[in-house]
Amino acid sequence: MKKQEKITGQNSGLASAMLSLMLLGILIVIWHLATVKPKFDPTGLTEDKLMLLEFNGDIIRTEKGDYEYNSEKNQGIPGPLTVFKYSVAQLSEPFHKKGTNDHGIGHLIVYTIERFFTGFFLASVIAIILGVVIGVNSFLYAALNPFFQVLKPVSPLAWMPLLLYTVKDPQTTAILVVFMASLWPTMANTAFGVKSLRKEFLHVASILQLTRFSRLFRIVLPGAAPAIVAGLRISFGAALVAVVPAEMLLGELGVGYLTWIEWNNLDISGVLFAIGVIGLVGWSLDLFFNRVANSLTYSE
Amino acid sequence: MSYLEISKISKYFRDPEQRGTFCVFEDIHLKIEKSEFITVVGHSGCGKSTLLNIIAGLEDASSGGVILEGKEVDSPGLDRSVVFQNFALIPWMTVFENIRLAVKAANPDWSKSQIKDYTFKYIDLVNLREAANKKPSALSGGMKQRVGLARAFCINPKVLLLDEPFAQIDALTRGVIQDELVEMWEDSKSTVFMVTHDVDEAILLSDRVVLMTNGPNAHIGEIVEIDIPRPRTRASIIEHPSYYKIRNHIIHFLVERSQKLSSVNDNKESNNGNKIVSFKKAPSPSSRARKLA
Repeated sequence: MKKQEKITGQNSGLASAMLSLMLLGILIVIWHLATVKPKFDPTGLTEDKLMLLEFNGDIIRTEKGDYEYNSEKNQGIPGPLTVFKYSVAQLSEPFHKKGTNDHGIGHLIVYTIERFFTGFFLASVIAIILGVVIGVNSFLYAALNPFFQVLKPVSPLAWMPLLLYTVKDPQTTAILVVFMASLWPTMANTAFGVKSLRKEFLHVASILQLTRFSRLFRIVLPGAAPAIVAGLRISFGAALVAVVPAEMLLGELGVGYLTWIEWNNLDISGVLFAIGVIGLVGWSLDLFFNRVANSLTYSE
Repeated sequence: MSYLEISKISKYFRDPEQRGTFCVFEDIHLKIEKSEFITVVGHSGCGKSTLLNIIAGLEDASSGGVILEGKEVDSPGLDRSVVFQNFALIPWMTVFENIRLAVKAANPDWSKSQIKDYTFKYIDLVNLREAANKKPSALSGGMKQRVGLARAFCINPKVLLLDEPFAQIDALTRGVIQDELVEMWEDSKSTVFMVTHDVDEAILLSDRVVLMTNGPNAHIGEIVEIDIPRPRTRASIIEHPSYYKIRNHIIHFLVERSQKLSSVNDNKESNNGNKIVSFKKAPSPSSRARKLA
């Protein structure tokens, strides 16, 4: 009996994966059905109208003398097959560089990840230092808290004009926007984690007369680690959301900007592809983050 | 001069409801000899744990002070280690690392291998060699407190403070760990100050049992001398003729007199000397009057 339960338990992962795949299939089929075009039906159209449509390139005349839709001209949302073909084409040469704006998708992903991690890493280091300082010192905390409360709700994108004006470099500005997005949650959570550290841990530290260094790195930071990681996780999501519009608005090459380039090209397949890439990049960054986060938390 | 002197300590808290202060205990005066095992028993709210924390230096007394070997101590230090009721093990460190942290702190100039050997010596003393690389979350309550005891003893403290150390441990395991405690205490000859609710535990382990009246305004009701010879075991101690007399006396105190004594405000009288009760074969006024030098 027990054995059977165990087996069903093992299968549930597989079953949910199957269900996911099935849902994906259903969604693609719905997408396909919603975007598939019926065969061109010329009944009810005069010769003049047909000529106009042909002139506009909407329809073409086949060798047999019938009319059908011009597959070269995009109309409406492209179907899954078109997007798939486009994606394969993009992914087949990920590291090409043709001119200033036409870089392969591999390059774009690297640009975005570099930008993302530079901003996120800098912000996290500063936020943790600040968080520990104000978490330890409740006097400073009370004094600085009003500033944080005012600055915290400001959208990171709102800083962009000011940053662009001051640093005068879009690449740095994009990094700083990510920085602003990932600063506050980590700082607030670190301060909370340090403040709510269990008293006994500090008692142990003071009975053992640990040095300041030991106290910080062996007791305070590891003890606050779960709260810090929770803050980093919120910051991580916020930064991931901020990096896309920052790239778009600043015209910095990256997966965020890709959607905008493709929109300017009026290439909706490209836009859909870019959205998919952003989602996948975000997901894989998140998986990576979870791996790091799990190694830092502890159970009581 | 006594080894550890608790000198007229009072503790007041601010009372948030009525504007004013709230007295937990008042004028606690106690002299403890070197290598003595002393236990404080009393109802919840009499401030036993607060008293222990003040000796440890983790809390401040409102008035009075603690004198150890002729010097006042008012902050925590390596000369007084604490075993906490809820263990207070560092959860992200293994058993080995928890104890090593203390060994290293007490002996900063030792080499790595010296620290390691010494850590394992104490791990073996509490029979935890097999669990040395486990985190506290993987241990039972009894095992956790063994780590707590090893951590407290390994710094060779002058005074060992035990704050209801066995309260969260099941009765069967408790006995085993009590024996381990006695063994380590006899080897180290450190002075022990324990706080407990458990009368049997107090009689088994202590040289003297301090009975506190009920709080607020708690004070020392009386001090019972346990003259049952050592080594004591849980099995043999109940055979001793004094055992039930002492036990009944303490329980009678806790059930009835702790309340009465607390309502009768006889603080002033107990200021200079605490009432001492002894159960020697011929209880005489001389033993009662025996001053604690």
